[in-house]
Amino acid sequence: MFTDYLSTVDWSRAQFALTAIYHWLFVPLTLGLGPLIAIMETLYVRTGDEFWRRTTKFWMRLFGVNFAIGVATGLILEFEFGTNWSNYSHFVGDIFGAPLAIEGIFAFFLESTFIAVMFFGWGKVSKGFHLTATWLTAIGANLSAWWILVANAWMQYPVGCTFNLETVRNEMSSFSEVALSPVAVNKFLHTVTSSFTLAALFVVGVSAWYLLRGREKRMATKSIAIASLFGLVSALATAWSGDQSGAIAARTQPMKLAAMEALYDGEQGAPLTVIGLLRPEAERSSNDDAFHFKVDIPKLLSVMSFRDAEAFVPGINDLLEGNAEHGILPAEEKMARGRAVIATLARYRQARNEGDTGTMQQIEALFDSATPQGEHFLREYFAYFGYGYLESPQQLVPNVPLLFYSFRVMVGAGCLFILLLALVWWFNRRERLDTKRWLLHAAVWCIPLAYLASQAGWIVAEVGRQPWAIQGLMPVNIAASKIPSGSVTTTFILFLVLFTALLIAEVSILCRQIKIGPKNE
Amino acid sequence: MDTLTLLQHYWWFLIALLGALLVFLLFVQGGQALLYRLGHTEEERNMIVNALGRKWELTFTTLVTFGGAFFASFPLFYSTSFGGAVYVWMAILLCFVLQAVAYEYRRKPANVFGERTFDVFLMINGLLGPLLLGMAVGTFFTGAPFTVDRLNLANAEGGAAVISQWATPWHGLDAVANPRNWALGLSVALLSMILACQFLAHDIDDETIRLRIRGCLRRLAGGFVALFVIWLLCLLMADGWTADPATGIISVEPHKYLHNLFEIPVVAVMLIIGIVAVLASIGMGWVGKRRAIWFGGAGTVLTVLALLLLAGWNNTVYYPSTADMQSSLTISNSSSSLFTLKTMFWVSLFIPVVVAYIGYAWQALSRRPITREEIRGGGHQY
Repeated sequence: MFTDYLSTVDWSRAQFALTAIYHWLFVPLTLGLGPLIAIMETLYVRTGDEFWRRTTKFWMRLFGVNFAIGVATGLILEFEFGTNWSNYSHFVGDIFGAPLAIEGIFAFFLESTFIAVMFFGWGKVSKGFHLTATWLTAIGANLSAWWILVANAWMQYPVGCTFNLETVRNEMSSFSEVALSPVAVNKFLHTVTSSFTLAALFVVGVSAWYLLRGREKRMATKSIAIASLFGLVSALATAWSGDQSGAIAARTQPMKLAAMEALYDGEQGAPLTVIGLLRPEAERSSNDDAFHFKVDIPKLLSVMSFRDAEAFVPGINDLLEGNAEHGILPAEEKMARGRAVIATLARYRQARNEGDTGTMQQIEALFDSATPQGEHFLREYFAYFGYGYLESPQQLVPNVPLLFYSFRVMVGAGCLFILLLALVWWFNRRERLDTKRWLLHAAVWCIPLAYLASQAGWIVAEVGRQPWAIQGLMPVNIAASKIPSGSVTTTFILFLVLFTALLIAEVSILCRQIKIGPKNE
Repeated sequence: MDTLTLLQHYWWFLIALLGALLVFLLFVQGGQALLYRLGHTEEERNMIVNALGRKWELTFTTLVTFGGAFFASFPLFYSTSFGGAVYVWMAILLCFVLQAVAYEYRRKPANVFGERTFDVFLMINGLLGPLLLGMAVGTFFTGAPFTVDRLNLANAEGGAAVISQWATPWHGLDAVANPRNWALGLSVALLSMILACQFLAHDIDDETIRLRIRGCLRRLAGGFVALFVIWLLCLLMADGWTADPATGIISVEPHKYLHNLFEIPVVAVMLIIGIVAVLASIGMGWVGKRRAIWFGGAGTVLTVLALLLLAGWNNTVYYPSTADMQSSLTISNSSSSLFTLKTMFWVSLFIPVVVAYIGYAWQALSRRPITREEIRGGGHQY
């Protein structure tokens, strides 16, 4: 039975990952193309030039094809929190549900109401109202990103909540701490600016394709002029927020950072590995035997993590075995404390069933931060509650190779995008872009690379959170619903087939629409 | 009434209102189900799809917000029902996924699967969406076999630590065995088609389609009225479960929903006005009045709102457990904390602004009905 449940957890993880990966194939383009379209329409309204109306409507057509499938996969994601992660929904629903509801009330309605005006309002509503609708659609999409990323950030860094013994769940104690936590702000900036970069690369890449074929020259160069600058600024902002993100992870999710860097033994003045080839898992146990080869930049990891060249960055072994010098508890100790909390809950249940009010009151005092014993229990024991459900310390280590390589794909591609967008912007400004065919080819190839980098970023964020559904509070094996693994396998296969079929249709339609170009507008 | 209880009632009201608006907006699904019945030529079907297509996102968004608001205000329902009745909810989600892409892709060149496939997607969503949603909501009155024990978290092993568990291997398919759920599901499906007829009569300017709509409306009306009346009478005669407000202990109360009508007269008045408005709208549509949709829409919202308030207010159990009575959910034992409900209260004050801009945009796009000339004329179309 327990094996079957474990299988349910694995399939639920696979299903959620599948849906999230597909969802994120469509969403970044929506987030970034919205503002680009709005900028183009603003130019139309300000200049009255029909060229800008045609250009806006062309990119809007591509936006529409991409938008629908993002909506579809988003619906599944929201409800999968309930269907596949029932315990999670109860345990943190008091906090996690609010951003989802706010996302619906504030953002989705804004987006869905004005997208209809944006597509069907040409000639039916005034130019000013139409432009407002286009901007509101773009703002709505990005606003929805804010709230769902607040929810996601809370899973990485649970703040603004307290545990309520009576309801056996975490409850919100500060909305501003949840909505404006540094992780949420950073995650929003990093995700949205990277989406802007992806959309800019999409516009630049498609326009480059036209230039390579000697088609739609005016639309292509004007689109590139806007998108390359927009993309360049966004890519630089992505790099800046990514750097912040690393520093935040060092404080809030040290295991994620250690796994990303394949850092086994903590060091003062830790170097950053630029590139390296990892040895197989069985052979990796320390910094000395982790790599076949690697290229390091001395002290850079310490600088990026703690803004101090001599700072100590804990490695995987420090986090598992503990490091008294740096105040890191061994994982076994954290697990023992977590088990003590679970045992306390079991005693509470027994006392409740037997009507033993004296014991119940004693335990209630332990969970009350206003009492001295409560303050101690919550700080020294309840802080490690989730560890009590783990079976071995090794479960705390996420997939090191996946994180290590994904991180480098993301960062490497990001640097390449900055260079490419700067070159495209520069040559386009000098009106020499169409002679640089190598650069145009590179721009086209950067479209799939942008999607790969974007997915790699989410792999770093989410695989790096494992084994936790909520960092430190609830591991995934406790968060899942108790449903037959066969049913999750079935829905996984169904979603895989359906989403793949829809993706094929989407790519095929997009390619055809690009081939047709703006002639029908 | 203390602040927490007041906010629990307030949030149940908002959930009920969202549910009511969702049922009204299911006219999009009703129209999809009737696509080939009302549109005999490709051009006619395009007119219907384009009239519905300007609203489909609103229905979709209302469904998403309904889920989000339920999660925020009554998370124990979210974890119990979604995490238990998986088969039903997954079926609902799947048929909405099919809808989301069908509008945009159906007539686009190189759409791989052909226009007919996407029209079939629309019809599957149109038929199954309202039916399954109606049956799922039916369990608010008939119950489902689940158990809830929050202190299951005291079990260290994964499966045993799950708080809400389904007591049968059917995971939601249990609802199919209850004829009352079928009656409500079919009522919702037929009502969505009636509302679709009224909406299309308002938003499409074409005599051929309007004539077909009137014929269709007549056939649908009889079935809907019969099924809904049977379901309503069964509900008012049925036993309901009630929670003692002091102890939270749940017990059976004969004719609970009938008692609720007497004890909350405002809901009774709402229900009567709603039903009369729906019936009046059917009559108006029958004789070809274009404004029938406004009566049908308002009547639907009032009726569904009243029914959902009957399910949750007055210490009524809104999600009865047929496996363990004391596991049943009420608005007081399944809600979020006072802090969260208060925070969400401030958020909810913006809802009138949302409603106002939706109304404005709706009006701006529906000012002129769709004509054959518009469909032939190009521009952005589904």
